[in-house]
Amino acid sequence: MLHAFEAEGLVKRFGRTTALAGIDLAARPGTVLGVLGPNGAGKTTAVRVLATLLRPDEGSARVGGLDVVRDAAKVRRLIGLTGQYASVDEDLTGTENLVLIGQLLDLRRAEAGVRAARLLEEFGLAEAAGRPAKTYSGGMRRRLDLAASLVGRPDVIYLDEPTTGLDPAKRDDVWNIVRSLVAGGVTVLLTTQYLEEADALADDISVVDHGRVIAHGTPAELKRVVGGQTITVRPADPARLADAAAIVGAVAGRVPESPARGVLTVPVDGDAAFTEVVRRLDREGIGVTELSLRLPSLDEVFVTLTGHHTTEESAA
Amino acid sequence: MTLTDTPARTPARTAERPFALLRHSLALARRSVVKTLRTPEQLLDVTLQPVIFVVVYVYLLGGAVAGSTHDYLQFLLPAILVQTVMFAGMATGVNLNTDIDKGVFDRFRSLPIGRSAPLIGSVLGDLIRYVLAIAVLLGFGYLLGFRIQTDPLSALAACLLTIVFAFCASWGFVLIGMLMRSPGAVQGASFLVLFPLTFGTSMITPLETLPGWLQAWVRINPVAGMMDAARGLMLGGPVAGPVLKTLLWSAGILAVLAPLAVRAYRRRA
Repeated sequence: MLHAFEAEGLVKRFGRTTALAGIDLAARPGTVLGVLGPNGAGKTTAVRVLATLLRPDEGSARVGGLDVVRDAAKVRRLIGLTGQYASVDEDLTGTENLVLIGQLLDLRRAEAGVRAARLLEEFGLAEAAGRPAKTYSGGMRRRLDLAASLVGRPDVIYLDEPTTGLDPAKRDDVWNIVRSLVAGGVTVLLTTQYLEEADALADDISVVDHGRVIAHGTPAELKRVVGGQTITVRPADPARLADAAAIVGAVAGRVPESPARGVLTVPVDGDAAFTEVVRRLDREGIGVTELSLRLPSLDEVFVTLTGHHTTEESAA
Repeated sequence: MTLTDTPARTPARTAERPFALLRHSLALARRSVVKTLRTPEQLLDVTLQPVIFVVVYVYLLGGAVAGSTHDYLQFLLPAILVQTVMFAGMATGVNLNTDIDKGVFDRFRSLPIGRSAPLIGSVLGDLIRYVLAIAVLLGFGYLLGFRIQTDPLSALAACLLTIVFAFCASWGFVLIGMLMRSPGAVQGASFLVLFPLTFGTSMITPLETLPGWLQAWVRINPVAGMMDAARGLMLGGPVAGPVLKTLLWSAGILAVLAPLAVRAYRRRA
């Protein structure tokens, strides 16, 4: 089997809205496919088709070689779903939630209890196991969601924006969980709005927009296209903006943008560029109040790939 | 964090065990019961509300309709028992709609269980609400002076028949729960259906006092038949006819509404 899951030419319309316009997604077993796109790009709809929750209007999708429409029941034995829309029951405790799912997966009650206790322990929720999920913090809740999708030891896990709304420390927890899942041989589909997240976790990234894939590649390939990292400079003296622009422009080999008054951003290809910018700014005696090197935001990725911003997208 | 229990390497789940739909439905019914008991405010409609209805009817209408509040209580209670249990079923539709809203059902639907299991589980789990409603009403009625005039077995039969009838009718609320967009809309639509069914009866006033067109409606209204059966079994009077009519209606309602509800559930993405 070449792919753990694959979707070909999926089309899904809701009334006059086209949520999926012929999307193709695939992941090799044991890898993470990052699906990167803004709100409304069709990420969740694609996940719902692959999770047998929605029938596509056109196209087909397979998980473990099984068709998600024809063999939906068998596909459900292979998958775990966590995300914006598949959630735990807030009135039940952590243990009750996981035991219920275990029972629905045909574990005997005792087995389900053992499995639940073990997952709660592994996800650092042992102490909260007896409390209703509505008393959990955002991070705990997300971990319980993740644990719930793992009760059945799935081969393929769909994580629909698993870190949206989490603070960086909690986000790192989730990232580590994803990494250990993949180390265990699971295939993961991860949707996200953050290039940083896709870069940190994914083996391959599909950038989606308007229900179709507009770019696909490894994180390295994608970063080469969109300019790898972005340098942001804010000169302390606004009068020296032009001098600073000349420096970063010369180092990056590109014309810097000014997304806000007094701020310059420019994509750069290698890490060395940052040091060079620092050195030259210092040599010219240009003080800065802000100087950073980061991966491009989703918006910048979109500007590079499509020539327009994501905000225009969601308004369209 | 390390996940020692490496998922893909461990053999998949245990082999399928028999009676899957029944087991899954019961596991989900248990969930409903736990949720109901954990949120007591969800029980107001089967505890405080029927008590208020009884007080209002008995002391407001009793003198006018029956000449004495005691006689009126005897007349009212078996019928209002039916009304209360019918109203109690409304929560099933509202809760199902909430579950879909919150995404809990997406998780269930991504599991290898029968499509109808979550619906059957909810309907079964809410039977506890019917039992509670009946216990509260009979208890409160007894305090006010209501006495069963037949025998305990007949009274038990009245209660069981009421539960069976409400169980079948609750698929109507499930259907409404699947068709409406929000829990509030489910409640509104359910009331619209419930009012003609429960008030278009001889529940609070004798049939003879109603205008002809309303009498015609009461004669075909299955809920009115159920109330007649409950009165017959608790107070004496005709039993066989109303009971048979109610059982036939129950079977018919179940046969039509349950498949429609399951279909609406499948369609709702």
